[in-house]
Amino acid sequence: MNEQVNRAELNRNLAQMLKGGVIMDVTTPEQAKIAEAAGACAVMALERVPADIRAAGGVSRMSDPKMIKGIQQAVSIPVMAKCRIGHFVEAQILEALDIDYIDESEVLSPADNVYHIDKTKFRAPFVCGARDLGEALRRIAEGASMIRTKGEPGTGDVVQAVQHMRKIQSEIRWVHSLPEDALFEAAKQLEVPYSLLQTVHENGRLPVVNFAAGGVATPADAALLMQLGAEGVFVGSGIFKSGDPAKRAAAIVQAVTNYKDPKVLAELSEDLGEAMVGINEEEIALLMAERGK
Amino acid sequence: MKPIGILAVQGAFAEHENRLDELYVPWIEIRQRKDLDGPLRGIILPGGESTVMGKLLQDLGLLQPLHDRIQQGLPVFGTCAGLILLAKTISGGESPHLHTMDIAVKRNAYGRQLGSFHTWSDFAGLGNVPMTFIRAPYIEQVFGEAQPLATVNGHIVAARQKNQLVTSFHPELDSDQRVHRYFLDQIVNANGD
Repeated sequence: MNEQVNRAELNRNLAQMLKGGVIMDVTTPEQAKIAEAAGACAVMALERVPADIRAAGGVSRMSDPKMIKGIQQAVSIPVMAKCRIGHFVEAQILEALDIDYIDESEVLSPADNVYHIDKTKFRAPFVCGARDLGEALRRIAEGASMIRTKGEPGTGDVVQAVQHMRKIQSEIRWVHSLPEDALFEAAKQLEVPYSLLQTVHENGRLPVVNFAAGGVATPADAALLMQLGAEGVFVGSGIFKSGDPAKRAAAIVQAVTNYKDPKVLAELSEDLGEAMVGINEEEIALLMAERGK
Repeated sequence: MKPIGILAVQGAFAEHENRLDELYVPWIEIRQRKDLDGPLRGIILPGGESTVMGKLLQDLGLLQPLHDRIQQGLPVFGTCAGLILLAKTISGGESPHLHTMDIAVKRNAYGRQLGSFHTWSDFAGLGNVPMTFIRAPYIEQVFGEAQPLATVNGHIVAARQKNQLVTSFHPELDSDQRVHRYFLDQIVNANGD
């Protein structure tokens, strides 16, 4: 097996190990430790959570390497970090930091309005956002080894994540049910490589792990997305913008494990303190999910 | 036939389920205390994050009953994080979880994701088997009744102690079935029921 193929497989494998888990946004080593102790399966190191990025406005970039290193030293679980869409030098820097996963993320300001990063050129794995099957397969063709829904980050409103997860799942079911000779036309419609579509047709699933992200604020939100077919959940602002982050984080972790058991979910939802305030999509000026198609 | 339990609190448990399906072995998922009530022929502890799985074992009330069943002889197979859950000693500060196997383990022993690798090496005299290591641990030392079953670059990557089998690699990620067959033939079936 050559190194490139091998590496792509190893990177998909790491995402498999994260399944059934919760990946939490953290901005300091202290928050990273709280997240790890609460049962996060990985942390996303960033300077500001999406809710604050929204509030601050302006250009949002990759985090300071010093801050990322501090978080790497603070925890033993995988550490992820975000680079701007198309900013392959930020990605090179993150790889040089020995990062476990790079999120080429619409939460930051895009650096390129046309091209995403050619992720096949990297040894480090990438996760990318998607709103539908076309976006997901285009990112996988570019080398992403994990997909997440975009949702609408920093809102505490789960509606977009639900819409994106339902869309991806229903398009997968559609492709799975097509006769083989219809796949060429479907590849044209979705603007994706035929070979990837063939894989979806055969297996009835994406060729990589698919998490939910964007607007998850409660254990019930996390369980909702798991029941809709997510293999795990990213929680951004939802934890450290709430009243009792440690308790809420632990409850969301358990909700993802027992997402099909309403009795357990009822217990977990009790007395969590205040959830993040939240804004709904009509109230926000900037739809981050529109970035990078 | 009684099923094999697969711990399904977090991680790559579905991959073990697929492997047991290939081998026509019935299984059930263990997510809560009540899932342990029925009869089991053995249990698989999959890969994932050991800190997460350890915490969930504790929070869900699974830790003590699982510990007791393994001590009483329930066949158990731990891969990667599952190996860490069984170890009596974990270097680097993490306190032990099930604490049933005479091994000292080093977590993330090959570094972060860029240190993950794939190789082939002999396993328990069965010949070379494919081995996928993902942010993997290795066994620094076996003591007591534990015996090494495989080494890579001088480090122990698989071991057995009576009813307990561990690998720091992921046989569930490769198509080769021999390591799972070893568990089923040598430990589960040898256990008699």
